[in-house]
Amino acid sequence: MSDATNYVTLTIDAVEVKVEAGTTVLQAAEHAGIVVPHYCYHPGIPSRPAQCRMCLVEIEGQPKLQPSCVFPAQDGMVVYTTSETAETARKSVIEFLLLNHPLDCPICDAAGQCMLQDYAFETGQLRSRYAEAKLVLGRDRVADDILYFGDRCIVCTRCVRFMEELAGDNALVVAQRGHKAYIDTFPGKDLDNAFRGNIVDVCPVGALVHEDFVFKARAWDMDSSPGICPGCSTGCNIDINVKENQIVRTKPRLNPDVNSYWMCDHGRRHLVMANRGVRAEAPLIRVDGELEPASWNEALTWIAGRLEAGDGAAVVSGGAANESLFYMRGLLSELGIDGGTFRVLQGEEITLPGFPKLKLRADRAPNVTGAELHGFKRSDELADVPDGGVLIVLGDALADAPADYGANAGFFLCVGSHLYPAMVNATAILPMTSVLEMEGTFVNYEGRVQRFHQALRAPGVARPAWMSLSRLLEHRGVGEGVLDARAAFQTMAAGTTGMDNLSWSGLGLRGELLSEAGQPAVAVE
Amino acid sequence: MGYPYSHDLEVNTLLSRHFGDEKARTLEGWKELGGYATLPRALEMEPGAITEVVKESGLRGRGGAGFPTGVKWSFMPQEPTGPHYLCCNADESEPGAFKDREILRWVPHLLIEGCLIAARAIRAEHVYIYVRGEFFPFSRIVTDAVVEAYEAGYVGENILGSGWNCDVTVHIGAGAYIAGEETGLMSSLMGGRAEPWIKPPFPAQAGVFGRPTTVNNVETLAAVPMIVAEGADWYRQWGTEKSPGTKLWCCSGHLVRPGTYELPMGIALKDVIYDVCGGAPNGKKIKAVIPGGSSTAMLTADELDCEGTYEGMAEAGSALGTASPIVMDEDTNIVRAMRRIAQFYAHESCGQCVQCREGTSWTAQLLHRIERGEGSLSDIDTLYHLCEQMTGRTICPLADSVVFPLRSSLDKFRDEYEALIRC
Ligand SMILES: Cc1cc2nc3c(=O)[nH]c(=O)nc-3n(C[C@H](O)[C@H](O)[C@H](O)COP(=O)(O)O)c2cc1C
Ligand code: SF4
Ligand code: SF4
Ligand code: SF4
Ligand code: FES
Repeated sequence: MSDATNYVTLTIDAVEVKVEAGTTVLQAAEHAGIVVPHYCYHPGIPSRPAQCRMCLVEIEGQPKLQPSCVFPAQDGMVVYTTSETAETARKSVIEFLLLNHPLDCPICDAAGQCMLQDYAFETGQLRSRYAEAKLVLGRDRVADDILYFGDRCIVCTRCVRFMEELAGDNALVVAQRGHKAYIDTFPGKDLDNAFRGNIVDVCPVGALVHEDFVFKARAWDMDSSPGICPGCSTGCNIDINVKENQIVRTKPRLNPDVNSYWMCDHGRRHLVMANRGVRAEAPLIRVDGELEPASWNEALTWIAGRLEAGDGAAVVSGGAANESLFYMRGLLSELGIDGGTFRVLQGEEITLPGFPKLKLRADRAPNVTGAELHGFKRSDELADVPDGGVLIVLGDALADAPADYGANAGFFLCVGSHLYPAMVNATAILPMTSVLEMEGTFVNYEGRVQRFHQALRAPGVARPAWMSLSRLLEHRGVGEGVLDARAAFQTMAAGTTGMDNLSWSGLGLRGELLSEAGQPAVAVE
Repeated sequence: MGYPYSHDLEVNTLLSRHFGDEKARTLEGWKELGGYATLPRALEMEPGAITEVVKESGLRGRGGAGFPTGVKWSFMPQEPTGPHYLCCNADESEPGAFKDREILRWVPHLLIEGCLIAARAIRAEHVYIYVRGEFFPFSRIVTDAVVEAYEAGYVGENILGSGWNCDVTVHIGAGAYIAGEETGLMSSLMGGRAEPWIKPPFPAQAGVFGRPTTVNNVETLAAVPMIVAEGADWYRQWGTEKSPGTKLWCCSGHLVRPGTYELPMGIALKDVIYDVCGGAPNGKKIKAVIPGGSSTAMLTADELDCEGTYEGMAEAGSALGTASPIVMDEDTNIVRAMRRIAQFYAHESCGQCVQCREGTSWTAQLLHRIERGEGSLSDIDTLYHLCEQMTGRTICPLADSVVFPLRSSLDKFRDEYEALIRC
C-alpha cells in the first residue's frame, strides 16, 4: 500500500464529500450522512453481487440508474439518491418485494428492526396492485436452533454468502430459481457450523430467527446494552437484549479489532444460560455456627474485624472483572497472602475463516489475561487450603468444588454470585453481581482492555466485587471504598503495570491495548 | 427434415453448405470437404494478425447483441500473465432460435477449427464449448468430433507440430436459459448456479476462474475459418458496411416453409418471410412478427419492409437479435402469445434481481388474468409500469428481454388487450 492515498471529491444530494478513491458511492454517501437503502450489501460480507437493486441511484452522465453498492465514487461525480427516477425505482423494488410477502409484521420477530418494514413504511404505499394469489412457502428448519420463514425471505443471499465467505462452509444454498427461489441447506448437508447464528443477524428481514427467540419479545420491549461476551478469551463485542430482566437475545456488535460483525454460537448459548442458577442475594455471616443474613455494613464490619493476616490461600476466576481482581489483590496484600490461582475451562478452538482473528478460543473465560496481569496464576487444581488459615474465593470458582472444600480453613470468605455446595463451609459470603449486572473491564487474549456495561438488574443486594472489596479494605483502614466503576477503573489503572496508559473514556466502545509492559506473554496472532 | 432447403434466392451458402451431409460430421469426411485447411495457416500467423483480419471483416457476434468480434478479441490482454480462456456459447435457448444446433450437429469440425483459430487469436490454450444441457445428442456429436481432432493432432499438445497447445473441453450445460448469458455461462462453467454477475469485472479482465476470457457464439466462431482463409474483403462481398457477411435465419411460426436459412445480411425481413418462407399458410394474413427471437420487439405486418441487418432492424424499432423471426398470422391471440413469452422469462429468471424475479412472474400472471377475461383497464397501466421498472434496472438484460415484446404488443395491439378486458 502506498502512503499517498488518492482522494476523490463528489457531490451527493448537493452535499460535497471527499473519500478515498475506490470507495463506493454507497459508502461515500454514508460519509455524508446519507443512507442509501440496501439489502444485499453487507459491509462485513466481502462479495457485492449488486442483486437486490435497492441501492440504485442516479448519476449524472450515466444513462441508467447504477447500483451504488458497487459503483466507484469518482472525482466530480454528481449523484442523486432521491431524484424522482431513483425514488420510483426504489418504491418499485419495495412493491415487488411485497408481492408475495405475507405482511405478518404483527407476529414477526423482526418487526421494529426490519429493513423491509422500514423502507416499505418510508415509501408509503398503502395498497398493493397485485391481485394474484400469493406464493406460500411456509416455515422450515435450517438448523437445530434456526427457523426459516420462507415467505418473508427477500432472497438477498446474505445468509448464503456469510456461510460461504466467512464461515467457509457451503451448507446453505439458494434452491430453485426466479420467483420460486428460496434458501435451503445443501442436500445432504447440515447447518451445524459453530458460527451459524450470524445468519440470523445478517438477515435484513424476519426470515431467519433463532428458535429460542421466536415470539419471545418485540423489538420495542427490549433493552439493549453493549457488553463483552464472557464465553471465551476473545471478548467479542456484543449487544445484550433484555426483557423483564432476562436475556432474550445476544447480537454481535461491530468491533473491527476483535470480532468484526460476528460472534460464535457458544457465546450466544453461554449468555442465555446466564439466566439460570441459584443466586447469592444477601451478605451472610456465621453466627453461632449458622450462616445468618446481615446488612452490608454489619457484614463488612464483622469480616474486617475478624480477618487476620497470616497463612492463606486465594482462588479467583478468569471471568471476574479487572476492577474486582484489583481490589482482591489489594485485600490479599493487606493480609500478607501471596499468589492466588484460578482455573479456566478448556474447549476446542474454532476459527471463523473469513475473519480469522475471531476464534472461539480454548480459554473459555473472558478475563484470563486480566487475572494474570493482577498476579493470579492459572492452575488445574483448586488451591490447597492451609489448616486454620484464611481462604478467600472470588467469583464462580466453586461451581464444581467438592462439598468439603474450605472446611479446614480458619476463616473462609466467599465473594460470589451463585451459591454452590462448598459455600456451606464459608465463614462469610458477600453476594456479588455477575458481570452482566455491573460495569467493568476485561482484558482479552491479545491484551485489549474492553469495557462492558450493565445489562441486568442484580438480585437482592448483590454488589460488584470491586465495590464490596474496596469497602472491606476501607473498614480495615486501607484506602477508600469506591462507588462507581469509573473510579474503580482509574484507581486500578494508576496502580497496575501495563494499564497506566489507559483512561475510562479512552476505552470507548472499542477498547484499547495494554501498554507493552502489560502485554500477555503469548505472542499476539 | 433434410437440408438444404431450397428457396428462390440466389445465395452462396457458406456456413450451411454442408448441413444435411452426414459425411461432414466425421473428420475424414470433413477433410475431404476441405476442412482444417485454415488452421495451419492460422498457426503461422501472429495472434494479433488473426484478430486484425476478423476486425476488418466486420464480423459481428451472432449471440444476439452483434458486438464486433475482432474488437472483442482485442480487449484480451496482449501479454498473457497466465491462462486465457475461450468459451464457445452453445447454450442456444432463446425461443425462436435454432441455428447453433445445426452447426453443432452437422459441421462440428468447422466449429472446432473456428474455436482453435479464435483461441490462437486471444492467446488462449483452453476452449470450453458450453453446450445447452438439453442438446444431448448434439453434444455427443461435438464430443466425438473433439476426440477425433485430438487423435489427429488438431487439438491438444503441439498442434500440427507448431509447438502450440490448446485443449478443447465440451461442457454439458445446466439446463437454464440464463446459462446462455455470458457471465451466467461462466458462473455455471465454474460449478456455480448459472447466475450472471455485474460487470466489471468484464470477461476479458476476469472471466472463467478469474482469468481473461472471451465468450463467443457458435455461429460467430464457425464464421472465423473462412474469414481467415479468404480475407476480410471476400467476406464483405455480402451484407452491408455495418453488418457484413451471411447470417443463419431461424424462421418459425405460421409459415409455409419454416426452417433455418443462410442468407446474406441486408435482405429485407419481408423477403425472408414471404419469399424465402412462403408467407403464412392457408392464405392467411400475417398479423405480427417477432423478428429476432422472443426478446425483441414485435413488428406489425406493415412494418416488415426493413433491412435485415443490426442497424436496419434497430431503425425499425426492433432488433436483429439472433435473426429468428416468429411469425403470427391473423388468427393469433396476441395476449396469449405474449403471456406464453412472459411465462418463459418468469421460468428462466435466475432470481437475483428483484425487478426480474418478481416482475417477470407478475407480468405472466397479469397477462394470464387478462387472457382469461378477468383483467381490468388499470392492468394495462400496471403492465406499462412493469415495462418501465424492468428496463435497465437489472444485472443482465433478461428483464429487458420481456419488456421489448411486451411494450410493443401493448403499443401496437392495445385493442386486443382491451377487447379481452371488455368481453
Ligand atoms: C438472457 C440472455 C441469454 C443469452 N443466451 C445466449 C445463448 O443462448 N447463446 C449465445 O450465444 N448468446 C446468448 N446470449 C448472449 C451472450 O451473453 C453473449 O453476448 C454472446 O454469447 C457473445 O457472443 P458473440 O459476441 O459471439 O455474439 C444471451 C444473453 C442474454 C442476456
Ligand atoms: S433468509 Fe434472510 S438473509 Fe437469507 S436470503 Fe432470505 S432475506 Fe436474505
Ligand atoms: S468467540 Fe468467544 S467471545 Fe466471541 S462469541 Fe464466541 S465465546 Fe464469545
Ligand atoms: S436480470 Fe434476471 S436473469 Fe438477469 S441476473 Fe437479474 S434476475 Fe438473473
Ligand atoms: S445493495 Fe446494491 S444492489 Fe443490493
